[in-house]
Amino acid sequence: MASPALKSAHPLKTTPKGRWLRELYTPNHSAVHRIDARVKVIFTLAFIVFLNLTPSGAWPAYVLFFTWMFSLSLSSRLGIVFVLKRSLLALPFVLAALPLVFTGPAPLGHISVLNAPPLTYSVVGFYRFASIAIKAWVSVMAAVLLAATTRFPDLLTAFSQLKVPTLFITIIGLMWRYLFVISDEVTRMLRARTSRSATAPRSNRSGGSLFWRARVTGGMAGNLFLRSIERSDRVYAAMLSRGYTGQPAAQKTTRLQKKDLLVLAAGVILLVILWLLGVITGG
Amino acid sequence: MEPVIEIRNLSFSYPDGKQALAGINLLVQPGEKVALVGANGAGKSTLLYHLNGIFTGSGMIRVNQLELNKNNLPRVRAMVGLVFQNPDDQLFSPTVYEDVAYGPTYQGFDPHIVREKVALALKAVHMEDYTLRNPYHLSSGEKKRIAIATVLSMQPQILAFDEPTAGLDPRARRELIDLLLELQQTMIIATHDMNMVEQLTPRTVLLNHGKIAADGPSLDILRNDRLLMTNGLI
Repeated sequence: MASPALKSAHPLKTTPKGRWLRELYTPNHSAVHRIDARVKVIFTLAFIVFLNLTPSGAWPAYVLFFTWMFSLSLSSRLGIVFVLKRSLLALPFVLAALPLVFTGPAPLGHISVLNAPPLTYSVVGFYRFASIAIKAWVSVMAAVLLAATTRFPDLLTAFSQLKVPTLFITIIGLMWRYLFVISDEVTRMLRARTSRSATAPRSNRSGGSLFWRARVTGGMAGNLFLRSIERSDRVYAAMLSRGYTGQPAAQKTTRLQKKDLLVLAAGVILLVILWLLGVITGG
Repeated sequence: MEPVIEIRNLSFSYPDGKQALAGINLLVQPGEKVALVGANGAGKSTLLYHLNGIFTGSGMIRVNQLELNKNNLPRVRAMVGLVFQNPDDQLFSPTVYEDVAYGPTYQGFDPHIVREKVALALKAVHMEDYTLRNPYHLSSGEKKRIAIATVLSMQPQILAFDEPTAGLDPRARRELIDLLLELQQTMIIATHDMNMVEQLTPRTVLLNHGKIAADGPSLDILRNDRLLMTNGLI
């Protein structure tokens, strides 16, 4: 169809512009994927709790926690880049801990960059910051691993079998369902804005002032909020009209198998050992 | 006369691999009103989105002799006013005035010129009295008119519509068709509304699975039951 001569003149390349919100779940067939969702939920929670109970400065324990999570990620065949990229979600927590470096107790150190006046920092504060950063990062990795290896409906079922109140589960479930609807709506709105963001013929200035653009964005956010509220009313009406009473349909509960319990027990015992190691080595 | 839109061998696949357009060739002359018909998923909207670079497939698109590429995008967008199917996507400001003013303000015009452009655009769609209303609380027909005004305020030479009559009551639909007959711009209208095609657009382009299945006088295509049947339009 496309002659080579024409093809070389093609100025436009196919750029994938899809939805920017993607489901974290990645369907692979790994051992981690196959573990019962309840085991994964409990283990992930226990992992995060024990990791964060480990005192600051327990570097050997951190290394082991990290290695463990990293090897689990590897064995789930998600790809290192995938897990590391997603674990960047921990960045806000890390940034929140940054002031510790400058506000911690003595002894104080000084660094000076390029003849600038020296910056005072606290050594203890820096250790605390590093500990928090590592804990946040590895905890988020654990959460990413859970979400990427468990189908969302399975997660919800696991929550309900673990006796999480149904109201919470309903809220989480609906949020997940409509997040994608709303993100599609955002995509369409942005598209409509882009198509009107133009330059006048024979003019070089465009874009408007920062304040004006901020106002437009604010208007868009407000609109989205209004629409979401009205949509939720309609969704609720549709649910009621199909007999929704606030109680989810009864699910059959299967008991955890012996194998699953064994995996879970081994995991938690190992966590406790790591934590004890942390308590001994930490400051 | 030089064509106002020139599309050569345009193909596009969605990120999931689904081929939406395959080797589209299309010339549109200035002032022409063209209907783009086809079953759901035939590629009508995808083709429209290419006209001002929301999607970029492989192939060549020229608008007013200007080749569509990254550098020209802002200028091409000023020439092609795209009216989306759902006016709610297009109307995102707290007042009608601000929405219609978005395009010219973004283009960097002075406030008094923006005011003139907004007034002209609202006059063209007969909605002068709505400047301070919240677009969200208008009727569908009113929203549609405001959505058209939001692109008219940029004085485009080409108007591209995605299903303009969808969801309108008979009167709003009739008034919209009357309005589109009044407007002098070149128009490309993606639609399922065959009655509108008959009244409004002398030329029809029929898409099927991302390819042009027929291109010719609307009346010929509309009378060809067999063609319409094989392409999922009756």
